[in-house]
Amino acid sequence: MQKSDTIYKLLETSLINEFEQKQVALTGSCHPVVSRSRINGFEFLKDNGLPDRKNEKWKNSPFPGQYEEEYLLDIPPVFYDKAAEEIFRCEIHGFWADTYSMLNGWYYSTKENQLITTGDGVVVGSILKAQHQYPELFEKHFGNIANTEQDGFTAANTALFKDGMFIYVPDGVEVKNAVQLIKLINLQEPLMVNSRNLIILGKSSRLTFLHCDDSVNHTPGFINTLTEVYMDENSSFELYKLQNINDNTSLINNTFIHQERDSRLKVNILSLNGGKIRNELHVNLMGQGADADINGVYLVDKQQHIDNQVYINHAVPNCHSNELFKGVLDEEASGIFNGYIYVARDAQKTNAFQRNNNILMTPKATIDTMPFLEIYADDVKCSHGATVGQLDDEALFYMMQRGIGREDARLLLMFAFLAEVTSKVSIEPLRISYEDMIKRRLRGELSICDKCVLHCSEPDKPIEFDIDLSKI
Amino acid sequence: MLLNIKNLHVAINGKEILKGLNLSVNKGEVHAIMGPNGTGKSTLAAAITGRENYDITKGEIIYDGETINDMAPDIRANKGIFLSFQYPVEIPGVSMTNFMRTAINAQREFNGLEAIPAGEFLKKMEEMKKLVDINTKLTKRSVNEGFSGGEKKKNEIFQMAMLEPKLAILDETDSGLDIDALKVVARGVNELRSTDNAFVVITHYQRLLDYIVPDFVHVMYDGRIVKSGGKGLAFELEEKGYDWIIDQEDE
Ligand SMILES: Nc1ncnc2c1ncn2[C@@H]1O[C@H](COP(=O)(O)OP(=O)(O)O)[C@@H](O)[C@H]1O
Ligand SMILES: [Mg+2]
Repeated sequence: MQKSDTIYKLLETSLINEFEQKQVALTGSCHPVVSRSRINGFEFLKDNGLPDRKNEKWKNSPFPGQYEEEYLLDIPPVFYDKAAEEIFRCEIHGFWADTYSMLNGWYYSTKENQLITTGDGVVVGSILKAQHQYPELFEKHFGNIANTEQDGFTAANTALFKDGMFIYVPDGVEVKNAVQLIKLINLQEPLMVNSRNLIILGKSSRLTFLHCDDSVNHTPGFINTLTEVYMDENSSFELYKLQNINDNTSLINNTFIHQERDSRLKVNILSLNGGKIRNELHVNLMGQGADADINGVYLVDKQQHIDNQVYINHAVPNCHSNELFKGVLDEEASGIFNGYIYVARDAQKTNAFQRNNNILMTPKATIDTMPFLEIYADDVKCSHGATVGQLDDEALFYMMQRGIGREDARLLLMFAFLAEVTSKVSIEPLRISYEDMIKRRLRGELSICDKCVLHCSEPDKPIEFDIDLSKI
Repeated sequence: MLLNIKNLHVAINGKEILKGLNLSVNKGEVHAIMGPNGTGKSTLAAAITGRENYDITKGEIIYDGETINDMAPDIRANKGIFLSFQYPVEIPGVSMTNFMRTAINAQREFNGLEAIPAGEFLKKMEEMKKLVDINTKLTKRSVNEGFSGGEKKKNEIFQMAMLEPKLAILDETDSGLDIDALKVVARGVNELRSTDNAFVVITHYQRLLDYIVPDFVHVMYDGRIVKSGGKGLAFELEEKGYDWIIDQEDE
């Protein structure tokens, strides 16, 4: 489709203008691979616009209804003047994780800490800095794992991303502490953040990464994140995504993962709150013996929307994939789950399983769940299943007959329903935090203001922070 | 009087199932309720325990001096009414231990008591498991999940023993049990039996009543109690069946 003869929506126009105006700055300071991608991304965006409902993969999505909204696209880098923990304290923290943060789209740290190398040679920091220090890694991987021309969002991300996180784990290194990235938006005006992450795991290495998206106030926002992950032979990667953003914020999270031989991937996505969330996970099993275990829990209410799109590509024989997504949808919330499994012609001995279970708490809550299986090999074990149901009234009465109040009984049942997923979180303190957040969310106690250290009496009051005017 | 049911009419979806039932139970008594399938025995149990959609269209259920027609099921439970379900429900993901602790603490909170100390709770669990002879492994599992029919029934008696109700209704707890399991259930009841509580035992079979000796036997038919007597009535029913009572009733 060529977009040129149609009229752009406001958001499309702003994205295109933004690139045209800032092209020199955007491409000039980048590694050539990155600048080339930016230009290609821009061309794609200009030709195709953002995905509309005619696009099969967006036909039930509420995102296309939102392109007339206005967002700031470019705010100057945030000056580091206080630790991120002074602005926001994540529910999930502890000795087992090293925490890094991004604020309003910028990597948030002191100047010296923009890119650090630990004793083991593990590199963690801003992607802007990393592209110049590790050009060979960018040449090999940047834009090669993701399909940056998948749709207008991946293209816009590539053209316009401001910053993001880079992690490199050398061969044989097992990173002991989890790396936690807390991404915050804290601004009084609506902001769209395009951020880009690149994570590279060497042979037989190991990394646990927690990717937390949080809001600090109730200002509308749009987060468009693209993450590329390369897993070399026999590496292990655990990815936890925790999403707790305000009801006015939209989040698109595209994650592309390339798995080499015998690599082991484990994903657990916890969508606790957010106006509209779309998680796209693309797992390419490119080496024999690779294993992907993809899990998710979502809790939505009011008029929130959650969309999980999982693509598993069994390109070679003897790989294993497993998907388990469970959600509770309350009030007028809506959800989509699409599980795509592709098994190539010679990908024999593939095991691919998929399950999606939902509880609808009200007649107005909806879920649209669908498997898409394309199987070209013949020696394959593949199964899929989806359920949509209500809380079990029989169980509810049984519990109440034992003296448990209705609300507690409902909570216990919902929690028990989700526990199948949360019990798979292997880091015990993380699992306890996960479960605790779910319990509080189910009780309606978890508000984004809980975690703000300012404890202001007016929950909507924005938090002040300084912008370094000298950098404008 | 612990339980006094007066002229109880209950409808499900507008269909009248109980049609003017009277029953009074005093502390220290065991009442057996017998009767053919489909006459409303489980409906009676559901009405006493406050199940949703069982509409009381007429009459009263008075428990411990208080009309409970509109009381929520959890409040009734916390006031001491317990039902051993004819079909115990499986609750995947909720462990027996967690379930039991939540129930006991709900009851304690209701009575103005602190949550049960962990040690005391575990000790009580052990004691009651022995009483009803259930395997330790079962209490580690999810409630009733993967339990055999007999294990489910024993689990009901186990919960009863843990919660120490004032009024326990056993709805066909004996169905499908072999004689050993039956004895275990009876032992549970007899152990708990006191001058302070009462049991309503719904059963099809005289054989349970060999082990739990009732003070009164009632026959239910078509939504009413049509005949009451002493334990001798159960023997009579065993011999002659229900038809002679039904024939009398239908005339
Ligand atoms: N949920 C229900 N909806 C409609 N009818 C019901 C329901 N439960 C029971 N009944 C009817 O009520 C009558 C009594 O049932 P029940 O109390 O289970 O009898 P019993 O326990 O004596 O075998 C039966 O005719 C049965 O079909
Ligand atoms: Mg019955």
